Amino acid sequence: MRGSRPESIVVIGAGEAGARAAMALREQGFAGRVTIIGDEPHAPYERPPLSKAALTDEVEPQAAFILTPERLAEHAITHRSDTRVLAIDRDAHRIELAGGERIAYDRLLLATGASARRLSIDGAGPDNVQTLRTLDEARALRTRLRPGSHLAILGGGFIGLELAAAARARGAEVTLIELAPRLLARAVPADLAAIIARRHEAEGVRLLTGTGIASIETDSTGHVVSLSTGERVVCDAILAGIGAIPETGLAERAGLAIDNGIAVDERLATNDPDIFAAGDCCSFPHALYGGRRVRLEAWRNAQDQGNAAATNLLGGSDAYEAVPWFWSDQYDITLQIAGLADEGSETVTRELGDDARLDFHLANDGRLVAASAVGPNGKIARDVRLAEMLIARRATPDRAALAAPAVKLKGLLAG
Amino acid sequence: MTTTTATQWIEACAADDIDEEDVIRFDHDGRTYAIYRSPDDEYYATDGLCTHEQIHLADGLVMDHIIECPKHNGRFDYRTGQAKGAPVCVNLKTYPVRIDGDKVLLGLA
Repeated sequence: MRGSRPESIVVIGAGEAGARAAMALREQGFAGRVTIIGDEPHAPYERPPLSKAALTDEVEPQAAFILTPERLAEHAITHRSDTRVLAIDRDAHRIELAGGERIAYDRLLLATGASARRLSIDGAGPDNVQTLRTLDEARALRTRLRPGSHLAILGGGFIGLELAAAARARGAEVTLIELAPRLLARAVPADLAAIIARRHEAEGVRLLTGTGIASIETDSTGHVVSLSTGERVVCDAILAGIGAIPETGLAERAGLAIDNGIAVDERLATNDPDIFAAGDCCSFPHALYGGRRVRLEAWRNAQDQGNAAATNLLGGSDAYEAVPWFWSDQYDITLQIAGLADEGSETVTRELGDDARLDFHLANDGRLVAASAVGPNGKIARDVRLAEMLIARRATPDRAALAAPAVKLKGLLAG
Repeated sequence: MTTTTATQWIEACAADDIDEEDVIRFDHDGRTYAIYRSPDDEYYATDGLCTHEQIHLADGLVMDHIIECPKHNGRFDYRTGQAKGAPVCVNLKTYPVRIDGDKVLLGLA
């Protein structure tokens, strides 16, 4: 029987959720052993810049560290880099590393993240179709973005579009191929996706929506992507941004419940009370949306769940119900989404000028469940933040007030 | 007075250019500042850019004595510049503010 005060906490995964949880354990006064295990060579770093500034900066991108080696040392957090975990022995409360070493835990946090989905098409493999998830991949990709080079991007989601913007900034030609009839079909309302599509076309990106890929051929001179239309796109590099898959293998082999990710409860506990999960790898019931089980691939969620997991690893009972929040930067425009837009049955639009637009998503009962916006960050960020606060309060704001740009959203919070 | 003779007082805006519990941007001599009016009707000033990713704080939200960065929600107490936790860990520089009639003056060293 384990005591309520753990002495050793192990975090598997050194991304945003894992690093934040480790630091939060110290901030909350935990004085026992904290070990973070990551399979990359770097100290924990921020991933969002990898598809943005890291590709366009003039100099080789440096990691934006969440925890520098100095801070890790200062807070007595042991970071095992380049280390893979092979197995969790739940009965013995220990994990086994590649190489055979074992580490004992009282409580374990799985922050294993997600990995890029691979294209399963004739001729496609890791050698000729790049993905973008790690600093090392961003560095490799950056060298291929230069004036006159031609990049084929497979997938019109966030990674593909951010990469398209970065490639144009570096003067590379871009053809972006998306199977669905429009960009961002899964996450973004059509009116906002159309604004984004127009901007990419104005910047010279060739957008081919409703287009499949038949095959990929690679030789010493480059690649040819054959499309469902019969066209052959000749290019110097291919990047696939076709989604991410939660890293659940370790949890699955340990017999933990899986449901589109490692299944946790509202406290982020798995079906083993000493094992928790946080970030992209886990699915959890969201109280704001009737307990609907969701899995979020988002930086803020990873950070907030890391914090909440730390509290609960120490015996707390924080129910996680933060409003989902997501952003993407392309050129000088930002897209932000708060809440779950697909919970809405009605949209109220606030026009913010030629280049900015904010959609409020309301449920049948008039409750604000999400807000999506596109525009310069300065035009939309404050309103999305206020919308997020209204969503958290389960507010039912007046439709006319939402639609009128002159009405300050801050005033609706008081109601 | 703690003001040294080296402090220059620059007219930043009119007092009622800023709503209560709000912030505006002020650019001067190639630098950008954020000028705040608190819910208790005091004025404050800080550097204009977040210490995390160089975003204009004046586009963010003021709640009580906190300014929240519009990009990644880093939070600072704008009275002291103190960073309130991840993702921000570097404090904001603050500047003295003086009200002269209906003008807000920013004190630059």
